[in-house]
Amino acid sequence: MVPLWMYLAVAAALFCIGVFGVLSRRNAVAILMGVELMLNAVNINLVAFWRYSETGTPLLLSGYAFTAFVLIIAAAEAAVGLAIIITVYRNRRSVIPEEADTLKG
Amino acid sequence: MELNAVTIGFFVFSILTLGGGIGVVTTRNLFQGTIWLMVSLFGVAGYFVLLSAPFLAAVQVLVYIGAIAILITFAVMLTRSVTRINERYIRTIPSFVASLALFLVLLFGITVPIFGDYPTEMAPTVVMTTRDLGVALVDGNGYVVPFLLASVLLTAAMIGAIFIARDEES
Repeated sequence: MVPLWMYLAVAAALFCIGVFGVLSRRNAVAILMGVELMLNAVNINLVAFWRYSETGTPLLLSGYAFTAFVLIIAAAEAAVGLAIIITVYRNRRSVIPEEADTLKG
Repeated sequence: MELNAVTIGFFVFSILTLGGGIGVVTTRNLFQGTIWLMVSLFGVAGYFVLLSAPFLAAVQVLVYIGAIAILITFAVMLTRSVTRINERYIRTIPSFVASLALFLVLLFGITVPIFGDYPTEMAPTVVMTTRDLGVALVDGNGYVVPFLLASVLLTAAMIGAIFIARDEES
């Protein structure tokens, strides 16, 4: 049986890959993909903790239900984020976040 | 740790997940990056199967690989014509150092049992089914309020996305 810490280690590695993508990529779509990786790492953690803790009664579903809600949030975030990227691209012909600086003082 | 189907599956899905993730953040062509993202998300769906959450695995494939990856593909195709991005990265070295440091901190926290020992075995009996999840989502003692809020959030996000991405001239 795979111990719990291996799931957590893989999730941590995936999260840090996502952090690197968010911090370093220039394209806004690539940054959003990094955010998706981070959300998935959190989902692995939630399900692993749920599975390795006591699960007996149907209402002790915290990890399971939280993962479903994180999936919902991720879907909403991707839809709105990509809509914003497309609008910025249409107005400024650029998908580089540093160039969307109209609100800069 | 003996070598059985679960262990082999764990390592296969680890390779898929982490390899896909590395492909996402390193590839130059964003379209290929989307394919790598699909590979990585498929690995995560495999983890859900190993952790006896098959419903979440199905939702992962449907929502992430089916919907979000397609959405990202569309965004890549709609924004690629004038992409004059020559270099992939900005702040490469600080980002790499920061994420590596974060990983080491997390790994330290994971492997050193500060908060007591980890359970090494899964909980033996799982009576949870998709039916139980459905009951819990509409149960007054369960998750009915977050469930309703999530519905409102999805509606608001859908309307907002349509409104934001709408063409002004048309």
